[in-house]
Amino acid sequence: VIVSRRWLEALLGRTLDPRETAEQLTMHVAAVDAVVPLHQDLGDIVIARVLEVKRHPNADRLTLCLVDAGGAGGAAGPVEVVCGAPNVQAGKLYPYAPVGALLPGGMRLERKQIRGVVSNGMLCSAKELGLGADHSGILELDTAAAPGTRFVDAVPVADHQIVIDVPASRPDLLCHKGVARELAAVLGGVVKLPETPGGQAARRSGGLIDRPPVRPTAGEGTVDGVQVRLEDPEGCPRYMAAVIRGVRVGPSPAWLADRLSAIGQRPINNVVDATNYILFELNQPLHAFDLAQLRGPAVVIRRAQPQEKIVTLDGVERTLTPDMTAICDAARPTIIAGVMGSAQSEVTASTTDLVLECAYFQPTRIRRTRRALELSSESSYRFERGLDLLGMPDALRRAIELIVAVAGGELRAPPLDLWPQPVQEKTIFLRPERVSHLLGVATERAELERLLTSVGFFVAPKDGRLAVQVPGWRPDVTREVDLIEEIARLKGYDAFPDELRPYRPGTVPDAPVEQAKARVRQQLVRAGLYEARTIPLGPPDGPDAVAIRNPMSAEEAHLRRRLIPGLVRRVEHNWANRNRDIRLFEVGTVFRTTQQAPEEWDSVAGVLTGARHPPHWSGGAKVPDMDIWDLKHHFELAVRVAAPSCTVQPATGGWEAVQPGGAVVGWSGPLEADAPVWAAPLFGFEVRLLVAAPEVARYRPLPTQPPLERDVALLLPAGVSAAAVSALLARTAGPLLARLDVFDEYRGSGVPVGHRSVAWHCTFRDPSRTLREREVDELLARALQALEDELGVRRREG
Amino acid sequence: MRDLLAALTELRERLQEIPQADERRLPDLKTEILGRKAGALTKILAALPRLEPAAKKRIGAAANALKHDFEAAFATRERELKRAAAAAADVDLTMPGRARWSGGLHLVTQVVDEICEIFHELGFTRAVGPLIETERYNFYALNFPKDHPALDAQDSFYLGGDLLLRTHTSPVQIRTLERYPPPIRVVIPGQVYRRDPFDASHSPVFEQIEGLAVDAGISFIDFKATLAAFARKFFSADTRVRFRPSFFPFTEPSAEMDAQCQICKGAGCPTCKQTGWMEILGSGMVHPAVLENCGVDSERYTGFAWGMGPERIAMTRHGIPDIRLLFESDVRFLEQFAGGGGGATR
Repeated sequence: VIVSRRWLEALLGRTLDPRETAEQLTMHVAAVDAVVPLHQDLGDIVIARVLEVKRHPNADRLTLCLVDAGGAGGAAGPVEVVCGAPNVQAGKLYPYAPVGALLPGGMRLERKQIRGVVSNGMLCSAKELGLGADHSGILELDTAAAPGTRFVDAVPVADHQIVIDVPASRPDLLCHKGVARELAAVLGGVVKLPETPGGQAARRSGGLIDRPPVRPTAGEGTVDGVQVRLEDPEGCPRYMAAVIRGVRVGPSPAWLADRLSAIGQRPINNVVDATNYILFELNQPLHAFDLAQLRGPAVVIRRAQPQEKIVTLDGVERTLTPDMTAICDAARPTIIAGVMGSAQSEVTASTTDLVLECAYFQPTRIRRTRRALELSSESSYRFERGLDLLGMPDALRRAIELIVAVAGGELRAPPLDLWPQPVQEKTIFLRPERVSHLLGVATERAELERLLTSVGFFVAPKDGRLAVQVPGWRPDVTREVDLIEEIARLKGYDAFPDELRPYRPGTVPDAPVEQAKARVRQQLVRAGLYEARTIPLGPPDGPDAVAIRNPMSAEEAHLRRRLIPGLVRRVEHNWANRNRDIRLFEVGTVFRTTQQAPEEWDSVAGVLTGARHPPHWSGGAKVPDMDIWDLKHHFELAVRVAAPSCTVQPATGGWEAVQPGGAVVGWSGPLEADAPVWAAPLFGFEVRLLVAAPEVARYRPLPTQPPLERDVALLLPAGVSAAAVSALLARTAGPLLARLDVFDEYRGSGVPVGHRSVAWHCTFRDPSRTLREREVDELLARALQALEDELGVRRREG
Repeated sequence: MRDLLAALTELRERLQEIPQADERRLPDLKTEILGRKAGALTKILAALPRLEPAAKKRIGAAANALKHDFEAAFATRERELKRAAAAAADVDLTMPGRARWSGGLHLVTQVVDEICEIFHELGFTRAVGPLIETERYNFYALNFPKDHPALDAQDSFYLGGDLLLRTHTSPVQIRTLERYPPPIRVVIPGQVYRRDPFDASHSPVFEQIEGLAVDAGISFIDFKATLAAFARKFFSADTRVRFRPSFFPFTEPSAEMDAQCQICKGAGCPTCKQTGWMEILGSGMVHPAVLENCGVDSERYTGFAWGMGPERIAMTRHGIPDIRLLFESDVRFLEQFAGGGGGATR
């Protein structure tokens, strides 16, 4: 919300320093987002009196004015100024920019010749000063200030907008009175509504008495010939109406227009401006509508009928539902309650008699209506947050007085107050010892009373407790702890100590999944991969992708089922930025639809493309690109740490991670992507994170006996895998074969067609004794015989 | 025998030649003296067996000592020449070393770990919860009133029924309170989702770190002390913090904690919008209604909770202007924050 410093000053009867005000509000009430000075750029403009107006010798439309600027701009006496405005008159006061003055917009005024005559400065229009659109003539001033007085000191335009970030819980801060109340509490002072200019006279001529008898009535009544019927007390617990006859609709007086302009509101006409003034002063939305347009004349507050239509003020036809409250005349809806009126019922230049509505609409009803119609207004914003149900009569009285003061007219009958189920202020009990318990610091009972009273609570001691009556403007305060918050913030949070004290350890263990994720990340980083974080929203990547019911765009309407597609998009992004060596991994959540509810689990994925290692000058510029064997290593690494119970097995186009029961929980292989010609092949892997306690590594005695080593090159017929050969070798050679490493594969001349040669390096060792050459040779021979018998694998000759 | 002694003495003189010998002369000199066939000292040693025992003993000792001295002198000179040769061979030691690919954790992971680690020192363990939540856990158990404007700041992605993607990590407060008895001290890192358009300062998905402490006797003082201690550990020991009123349905009193702007040290700069302060976290004392919703006695137990955005903290601390950089995964960006660094030779 935007509040005006000057407006607050008028309510508090004291001046405010804008920075200090912002600081105090931030520390005790609500954060101030900005303090915006208004019209500070008019500092060089002064008040000047035109002494004499002569015709310009060389131009019919220009005049030559002798101006007394009180010595501004360094002139010893009156100066000559060329003026083009038709309304310039001798003897009157105008804003004057002397030579050298900085004008709004940053231009510096120079002395210059206009049609052969030197002009010493400029008399200014409202538009030139940034004070409005009027450029038809210079701005005539009605002030007692002497020539030479700074314009901003004489005319009340200089102000500060204070922009407050009001939380949803504090509707009372959405008006000047509410903010002033808080400032009075923290800075000192009293809030008093200022007399409106012309207010006293209005009370005499408008038929008003100081406290009009607004008596609660049940559902129905008549005010000055207008029948008012409240048929929807659930949607509208309280409805007040007044009829003012004989108003003259026209522009607002300057003070009123200035108040609204200062907070960024455009003045419209005196009646609408008066209701807006009350809105921003007291937080009570009011609606003035044209009595002549009202069939009946009647005002009916009821639920809208299905398919009932209304053209709102913004020219859009809206279809209402019975969940909405409508203000109707005898025939049809004229206002969507609390949200917006119709163009037809609005006050226009020809309006003379009007109905003034002051209502309380049920907050959730307004919120649903506003959301259903996607239509919000200053009024709906406030009704949604809850208004001061008890402050309505005062707001209505002040509104009537203001309208009569600025637009004339009279009140012939007391306003009507339909309030079927009156309520009173809530009372909450506050235990002083609970305040100390929660805040950790004891506060004197008198201090508690003083703090609460300072913002409008009424406090009475009762049986060792404080009975606290909550004012109507604080719907957020519903229980004891809310009062404790009031005490804490009014004292100031900074007033409480912040010394660390001993604590008891918690009962919640560290989440195993977080530890598992950390281990995976650590391993993959160590393997040379960078961690990526991708957006889990995208196009559907499978039939069981989880759909978002209310996506922001069709491209981001589904949750990912796998991490790889998102990582591939990141690779493409890198390629677009001419990065060729890309190694990324992600640890993240993936989602799937199931028969019952959508499911989620954690997954680990990586993508690899580009050079196998960084280039080094000693090895030449060209480094081999990563291939499927680099992929296999990274996949095995990922499976080992993310899904330790799984084995990696060959599968179509790559490898799979298979659980002991046979379930496949991971995959790796080459990937298709939108690759530039210079890109290296792309590979990817993904495996489900299966949280298991990491195995505790056990010590195995280090070998002390020397090994015996043998290299064997074997001819493998098609269809025989290295894994099968290794397994058979290990089985037949027994425990003395300590290690088995493939070190070569060869196809080509010297190898029979349909075969390949694979070479193993075999390490034999007995932990307790030195092996003899002969026993190893015999062992190997037996193993080779078994290979030949079972797999048709023979030793490669020579 | 005298001849042999004289020869040894003469030969010892030649030790002087070794330090002067260059790389061409040195092998020749070595052959002349220690050569296997014709070396001067070798010949003397070869003559030893023919001597009578007393002379053999005397001359043998002297010859062997001299042999030892020659060997040592040759070895020293050879090392010297080798070192000089290496220096002279024009090996440019400023040439780059042989590297291996290095990887790195994402900056946000690093910041999350750093923050959780500080809270770990303050006695907090890590807890987690699901990303798909129900309205009850995400809103109502957290004391959000139905149809209340407080819900506006939590614009949610719905998945059908009352299921939605959690808009904050706060539902894990409820899950923790339902499952474990006090005392509770947890930090809850995790992803959250809001229907915000993806722009320089918003992302529909971001990381949050929630915290919760509940026990008998926890007060506003413990709340302030714990979070201020965090700020001083995360930024620097002299960092000033301030607490100011705020509103969250699940805390009362609610507070925002600001830390002194780390860029301008409080003087006012564009990063802190001239205020000298940076918003660090939203927080407060756990609302009694939240405890009651979880079956915890709110008269006996009190607590505090907070939530913060590691992305925003990372962006401020590292001067990252656009949140989208954190999700683009440009490897040049990831390398900048991979840690390590330095080590290049000049």
